Amino acid sequence: MSLSARKIQIGRKTYRLNAVLVGWSLLLPSLAFMIFIFVIPLVQVISLSFSNFSMITGTGTNIGLRNYRYLLNNDRFWNAMFNTVKYAAFKLTVDTTLALLIAVMLDRNIPGKRFLRASYFSPVVVPVVASSLIWIWFYDPSVGPFNQILSFLGLPTSRWLFHENTALLSILIFSVWKGVGYNMILFLSGLQNIPDSYLEAARMDGATEMKVFFKIKLPLLRPITSFIIMMGVINSFKVFTEINVMTPDGGPLGSTTLIVNYIYDQAFTSGRMGRASAAALLLFVVIFLLTELQRAINAKKHVDLV
Amino acid sequence: MTSVRKSQLNRRPWLSTILLYLGVAMMLFPFVWMILSSFKTKADVYAYPPRWIPSTWSWDNYQKVFDTIPFLRYYWNSIFTSVVQTFLQVALSITAGYALTRIEFPGSGLYRRLMQSSMFVPAVVTMIPLYLTVASLRLIDTYAGIILPQIETAFLTMLLMSFFASIPDDLVDSANIDGCGYYRVLTNVIVPNSSGAIATATLFAFLGNWKSYTWPLIITNNTYYRTLPIGMKYLVQESSSEYQVMMAASVMAILPILITFMFTEKQLVRSVTLTGMK
Repeated sequence: MSLSARKIQIGRKTYRLNAVLVGWSLLLPSLAFMIFIFVIPLVQVISLSFSNFSMITGTGTNIGLRNYRYLLNNDRFWNAMFNTVKYAAFKLTVDTTLALLIAVMLDRNIPGKRFLRASYFSPVVVPVVASSLIWIWFYDPSVGPFNQILSFLGLPTSRWLFHENTALLSILIFSVWKGVGYNMILFLSGLQNIPDSYLEAARMDGATEMKVFFKIKLPLLRPITSFIIMMGVINSFKVFTEINVMTPDGGPLGSTTLIVNYIYDQAFTSGRMGRASAAALLLFVVIFLLTELQRAINAKKHVDLV
Repeated sequence: MTSVRKSQLNRRPWLSTILLYLGVAMMLFPFVWMILSSFKTKADVYAYPPRWIPSTWSWDNYQKVFDTIPFLRYYWNSIFTSVVQTFLQVALSITAGYALTRIEFPGSGLYRRLMQSSMFVPAVVTMIPLYLTVASLRLIDTYAGIILPQIETAFLTMLLMSFFASIPDDLVDSANIDGCGYYRVLTNVIVPNSSGAIATATLFAFLGNWKSYTWPLIITNNTYYRTLPIGMKYLVQESSSEYQVMMAASVMAILPILITFMFTEKQLVRSVTLTGMK
């Protein structure tokens, strides 16, 4: 019997031996990397989070739940969490609304549509660090164009990244500029998938454009909207680069320290690997709960529709 | 259907058009500002009222980038690590994607679930132990230390799987009749029939690797191994906030990407809408 025809039985299923060998040999490299960069670190981070491992001494002992207790009672941790929630809330409302607005306008008979679509999308593909450098200058209180324009118009100027009330807002404006084209593309594809016949039927019945939008387009966009909102929340909890480049010290009074920046600071500036691991796991729990919540809401909406 | 199209053609939505072009002016303003400013002199930067157009056009700022930091070194590091990472990611995704969609073997379902769950865990969770492992292997400040921990393939594999699954079974069957084994089917049927998808996946992976920031930041102490994004971050301090020099560096970092984008915009946009990939 040749090798390729031999069968082996595993559990209740029979496989061709050849298929098993080839399948595993093709998967093995990916699996090796998956174990090396995901499975092992995931196990290690849990045990690290119960230790006081320090990068400076290179040692640590088990201290039980002390890292978690410390974090849950720590103002700076909660400040970072709160900043992240603020960031997510602002980004979601402004970004999603603007993206939808632009998509709805672009979905019409606009001259130069391809140029417009590409231009709105272009900040998405540009490396964050390079575009952050431009915006650092924009926000410079003395030679930045924003303040120069404001003072030219006789309006009050701002200290932008250098004041605790405006620092996070400044970064948010940058993030919206950078990300709005991405959600716009998603909305646009959703709008283009709505059959013309639906819209025509409504218009024939005398529905205004406003009504067509709220009664037909918006409900049909719901799957995309909920996808955008879910990804928006999750991605807000992962923001790091622009904060680290534009406000390397975490902003005035820690006002731009988001949760990932807090974890990075603990781990790689202070060397407290144990505490940082615990914070990272708390972040993971938050993201996990948010995705589950989103899933539950979606499931419920689905039932409502049926 | 045609009547609607016609009536839409007859009345152009002027208000939307004006608003969209105003918006696009704001979106593109930073890039225009960057390019113009990269030619400004220091005096132009501090001039009041602000100077929009440089007083003289010179390449001095570009020269200064190379004098201030080892810019070409950073550029080369970025190209090298991005190319190797992209190559490994795409190669592994092709083989794994093929095995998971076209071959029946025990454990494939388990791997698929592992892949899906790995996408839900933010990178910062695994970053700290991974850093300690890489440090204990003495791979800090090495290319291997930058590249190997970044070989994530879950998203690309899932993307390619959806394309591989759509290749008609007939094609594979007839190759089998011609005596092709599993490996020959991969190289002679699957890869040629999904070259477009593989090209898009490669482009996406490359763009992602090119802007990769957090991992190269923590794993490089030596300037010799800094990639472009890391080098540019430190340029802010090293150029003592000489904005015109920073802009020259930004132009050199952004322009290749914008040009690539111009030529591949259609494919990129289509795959964003297909996968929601970032």
